[in-house]
Amino acid sequence: MTKEIIYKFESAYRGDFNVKAYHFNKGEKSCCIVGALRGNEIQQLYVCSKLIKALNELEKQCRISYGHKITVIPCVNPFSLNIGKRFWSNDNRDINRDFPGAADGEPTQRIAARLMNAVSGYQYGIQFASFYIQGDFIPHVRMMETGKENTGLANLFGLPYVVKRNPRPFDRNTLNYNWQLNGTSAFSVYTNETEDIDEASADLAVASVLRFLSRMGIIKHQCHGGYMSTILEEESLMPVKSAVGGIYRRKKHPGDEVVRGEIMAEIFDPYENNVIEEIKAPCNGIVFFAHKSPVVCESMVLYKIIKRLKN
Amino acid sequence: MLETVASCTLAVDEKAVIKKNRLAPRDGAEGKKRIAIVTGIHGDELEGQYVCYELIRRINGGYADLNGIVDVYPMLNPLGADAVTRQIPMFDLDMNRIFPGSESGSPWEHMAKKVLDDITGADLCIDIHSSDIFLREIPQVRIAAEEKMRLLPFAKRLNCDFVWVGSSSAVRPSSLSYALNSAGTPCLVVEMGAGMRITKEYGDQLLDGIFAIMSDMGIWSGPVREVSNPIVSSDGEVTIIHCNKSGVFMPAIRHWIGICEGDHIGDILNVYTGEIEEEIFSPVSGMVFTLREYPVVSSGSLIARILGGGR
Repeated sequence: MTKEIIYKFESAYRGDFNVKAYHFNKGEKSCCIVGALRGNEIQQLYVCSKLIKALNELEKQCRISYGHKITVIPCVNPFSLNIGKRFWSNDNRDINRDFPGAADGEPTQRIAARLMNAVSGYQYGIQFASFYIQGDFIPHVRMMETGKENTGLANLFGLPYVVKRNPRPFDRNTLNYNWQLNGTSAFSVYTNETEDIDEASADLAVASVLRFLSRMGIIKHQCHGGYMSTILEEESLMPVKSAVGGIYRRKKHPGDEVVRGEIMAEIFDPYENNVIEEIKAPCNGIVFFAHKSPVVCESMVLYKIIKRLKN
Repeated sequence: MLETVASCTLAVDEKAVIKKNRLAPRDGAEGKKRIAIVTGIHGDELEGQYVCYELIRRINGGYADLNGIVDVYPMLNPLGADAVTRQIPMFDLDMNRIFPGSESGSPWEHMAKKVLDDITGADLCIDIHSSDIFLREIPQVRIAAEEKMRLLPFAKRLNCDFVWVGSSSAVRPSSLSYALNSAGTPCLVVEMGAGMRITKEYGDQLLDGIFAIMSDMGIWSGPVREVSNPIVSSDGEVTIIHCNKSGVFMPAIRHWIGICEGDHIGDILNVYTGEIEEEIFSPVSGMVFTLREYPVVSSGSLIARILGGGR
């Protein structure tokens, strides 16, 4: 294992800003894994740290295949992470909306450009990502439909689902989108958590990446077969929204099965504790996404359901 | 007449409401031309507040001269204005990155769609921004290059100093102006002043332009002032200067002045050592239309934009 600082600058009042990369083995650029781009992506950082530990062990045991280089960049935004801020510490820009970046541009554009430079040329790219709406997911692999995506490869992670997303205008400045356009087969892996650590889904994420690397012949690692992934179009997920604001009590969680009409959550009057809305399943299916924060406003997407084909 | 454009019930005893004031001729609104004045999409941009107040005050003072509809939307991001944040609080979303919005998306995507639907069909929309807290701008109109033919005649009548035809973030996909122009409603973006400030003379300058355009459109038959001819420029004629060191920026020039190649723009100071980290000189001759307002800078922070001798 070797460490490299891929971008550095001196700040006015804090220490140096460093983006570190961990390299394993030498040879062709086989796979690059990127962790926290945002300051609240604690789980994403944690998963990368576990992966670095696992890859370090594999390298010591000569179980990374000859001629295959793996790189892990666990955190691209330590300044925001250290002050508990989601976006860039100074001007609140989102690095994951600044790709492909600009080497002589704004601070976040420079970080994006240096990262893009560091991760380009790899055959496979994996990002541990977070969603802009707070909540929990069934662990899955997400791919942008750029015309260059390969869902067959996404199946090899062995996670329960692969979700294809039709990119919206703001997606065109994300790492995943630009990585794919740059010729890398790019995947975003979502675990259950973002701001808290969930050990079970962190282990699942690490296992899924090791499984993928093993199946691509990049490492020699015995692992369970994982799931036969189901491929979903994001638009096919049925949203379940709140009609009122109040205190939200969740009864159904990601992965739970629901039947049409079943109560999934309740919303309480924040002063009088009366139930002011029962959130009922609009169809039979499996909960894919569930809102987490205990307060909700009107029109909030509380759940997304994978519909069963026959209700 | 005050009208609710969009609203959302929040968790605890409050509604977030986007309002507009419709000023319509006394003989009815049917078949009349309509102009929409929109501001406050970013909660920290306040220059448009004075414009809205003064526009309504002047129209009310000469209501008989009103021959068309003036819809004034003073604050699209009311929670952000109250919380002194650029983004939408709780969601940390940039509202000017979620258009055209969505019926099935988050509450604010839903609100964005209602705002867009309400403005669509107007004969002209003027979306007033005030840079951010980091930069000071002269009154300028920004239009996307592909809309130049349609929008430039309007832009020239707004009494701004400068029309920038190019790829500013305020006119890119997912912005309100892009969504409106795509829907066939012409929309101009005005940038002026600085975030969290109101510059009365800039507001008065823009108001003269708004009344001139309303007069051109037949919406206003009261007296209007002569408007000045702006400089019209494209991306290729604008030079953008970033610093390469972090520290405190002390300008050596004033905003909106002419400078020559090699002139001293300012210094980046190290307040711990008493040394100058970086001296910044102009690489071109031209007019400084953007100048750094917030002194603390990181490597890459934007210092100035100069019109002329672009690269």
